Amino acid sequence: MAILVDADTKVICQGITGSFGALHTKGCFDYGTNMVGGVTPGKGGQKDANGLPIFDTVEQAVKATGAEATMIFVPPPFAADAIMEAAHAGIRLICCITEGVPVQDMVRARRLLDEINTECAKGAEIVLVGPNCPGVITPGPKTGEGDGKSKYTGAGCKIGIMPGYIHTHVSEAKTGKAVGIVSRSGTLTYEAVWQTSSRGLGQSTCVGIGGDPVRGLNHIETIKLFQEDPATDGILMIGEIGGSDEEEAAAYIKEHVTKPVAAFIAGQTAPPGKRMGHAGAIISGGEGSADDKIKALKAAGVEVAMSPADMGEAMVKAMGM
Amino acid sequence: MKVHEYQARQLLADAGVPVPPGAVIESVEDAASTYKQVTRDAGTDLAVIKAQVHAGGRGKAGFVKLVRNPEDATEAARFMLSNKMVSPQTGPEGLEVKHLLVAAGVDIEKEFYLAITTDRATRRNVLIASSEGGVEIEEVAEKNPDAIMKVPLHPLVGLEAHQARTVAFRLGLKGKQVNQAVKVMLALSKVFIDKDCTIAEINPLVLTPPSKDHPDGQVLAIDAKFNFDDNATFRHKDIQAMFDPTEENPAELRAQRFGLSYIALDGNIGCLVNGAGLAMSTMDIIKHHGGEPANFLDVGGGASEEAVTEAFRIILSDNSVKGILVNIFGGIMRCDIIAQGIINAAKELGFKIPLVVRLEGSNVDAGRKLLEDAASDLPTLQAATDLTDAAKKVVAAVG
Repeated sequence: MAILVDADTKVICQGITGSFGALHTKGCFDYGTNMVGGVTPGKGGQKDANGLPIFDTVEQAVKATGAEATMIFVPPPFAADAIMEAAHAGIRLICCITEGVPVQDMVRARRLLDEINTECAKGAEIVLVGPNCPGVITPGPKTGEGDGKSKYTGAGCKIGIMPGYIHTHVSEAKTGKAVGIVSRSGTLTYEAVWQTSSRGLGQSTCVGIGGDPVRGLNHIETIKLFQEDPATDGILMIGEIGGSDEEEAAAYIKEHVTKPVAAFIAGQTAPPGKRMGHAGAIISGGEGSADDKIKALKAAGVEVAMSPADMGEAMVKAMGM
Repeated sequence: MKVHEYQARQLLADAGVPVPPGAVIESVEDAASTYKQVTRDAGTDLAVIKAQVHAGGRGKAGFVKLVRNPEDATEAARFMLSNKMVSPQTGPEGLEVKHLLVAAGVDIEKEFYLAITTDRATRRNVLIASSEGGVEIEEVAEKNPDAIMKVPLHPLVGLEAHQARTVAFRLGLKGKQVNQAVKVMLALSKVFIDKDCTIAEINPLVLTPPSKDHPDGQVLAIDAKFNFDDNATFRHKDIQAMFDPTEENPAELRAQRFGLSYIALDGNIGCLVNGAGLAMSTMDIIKHHGGEPANFLDVGGGASEEAVTEAFRIILSDNSVKGILVNIFGGIMRCDIIAQGIINAAKELGFKIPLVVRLEGSNVDAGRKLLEDAASDLPTLQAATDLTDAAKKVVAAVG
């Protein structure tokens, strides 16, 4: 068990013939993700380098392959539309990797998604991850028979751009424990995965929720999934300056989370008013500073790493190991 | 992306928001004639001369002046165009002023604050209004939060007239003032959404005293600040055309052209990192170990060797940099590309200052091998095993 995805999840890629789409479709395919096809309007009927069928529309792809999840690489001006196309075609997990989607496009897309989710049956809600995120991975063991082409067993599911090999399946973790990781940043997540793997922890699932101000999953929703997941023994949350997501997560953790939680907040030294790379990473109007977030998390009993080198250590400490 | 006040004012005027007569000048010689023209159009002798810079704090710096005759207008223009403006927002070196707005002065009965921005928590655009205008809204939020109204906009509909009307009445407006204010709010909402703003602010919005032409007074926008979503300017040629490169940090602009995200800071340790979160954390860990970062630099996911070399040129163009820390966790970004970029930079620029490199992730072995083989070109190179090691080494190296 894990959250959001597992080895059986059927995945397509929207924008499969673009350079990034093609590169990362291969990366996911090689990791053992159950890739079943892709979409590029006008290229329906062709096959990609991995032999995956290409469709003109998501609707066709879903009909032909039974796809449940999508990984979106279409360029920013068309990304919000791609999200909505997937939602209307019945995809239940939408990972939008694209960076640079206009905020107002996401304001509208979120509203439309929320509308679909209020009208659908309970439990059938669509989950959006991103945009501007590394994606979602539920690691599988590295040491199985695999499909002959890769060293992976095909027991995991990687949807996105993260390097698969740094992740550890619980069966190959020295401590026999696995943690869930949720993060607003890409490479900082890899750092956290690396540090937990090095300290003998596995990862149940890692979710990159992205660095944009208006997005899909937030910290709280992801933490709730981890709290309910029997395969997750601890939760590592990586936040950054800007917004008040981490403060809200702290309040939620205090109230509802019984599992050990560790956290790191990036941007302790960032000057106010400057956008630090991510559209969402900005301290503005006295809101969103790292100090406030750290204070709120500590008050909620979360083990906060003060240095980015101590994220793994903080997780181990929180788990009392 | 930011624009000047006079450009924001034009956007408002185009959307039907009344603004006092005004014009932009670039030379002292035009001050007197422009003063005469705008005051004649407004039927007053009062005008305000305002320096057009993106930084705030103009009033206290003496770069906003009220004048009542052409001589004073010329004097104010001469002062602003020949001195650099120094305010808490400009840094000690100050800013050169190239444009001045000459606008007709108006008598003010009451000032208000009006803005639209995107509220992250509710994922909606929100109208913010306050009866305490003309001051920093952050200050009002702190001292008198009840004086601020927040009205969420429907994501697909925008601001509705009844919402604007309720705000106008709550601001204490009466009679014909109400519909004038409603018109302003609806126009502001339309501009915000149509032009992909991140903030659209009118501060102050003023009510003038009753006059013969306007027995209930007039609602006017006196100052405006607009910021635009950089990710959306591709679909707004008119906004792109308002971009003023002289207002930007030249190194940051240069970085943008190579797809790099660079922000200059005050310290002496240059940083080159992939990913915004890791780049921020690298700054944090340098500080954690007693150093001071000289910059934030995210090379992004798809950087080429050329972009990496350019990143070094930008970092080294800052004379206060005494050491460089490269921190890469390869995902999309491959370590061998970074390594080759470092070697190319070393061959072209030569590193005389300490260089600490920490590589991990995709193609890390190939990257490390490249650096080892190029040892003769990289005399100051120290390899680091992890983040703490990297930070300690670079902090020690710069002393």
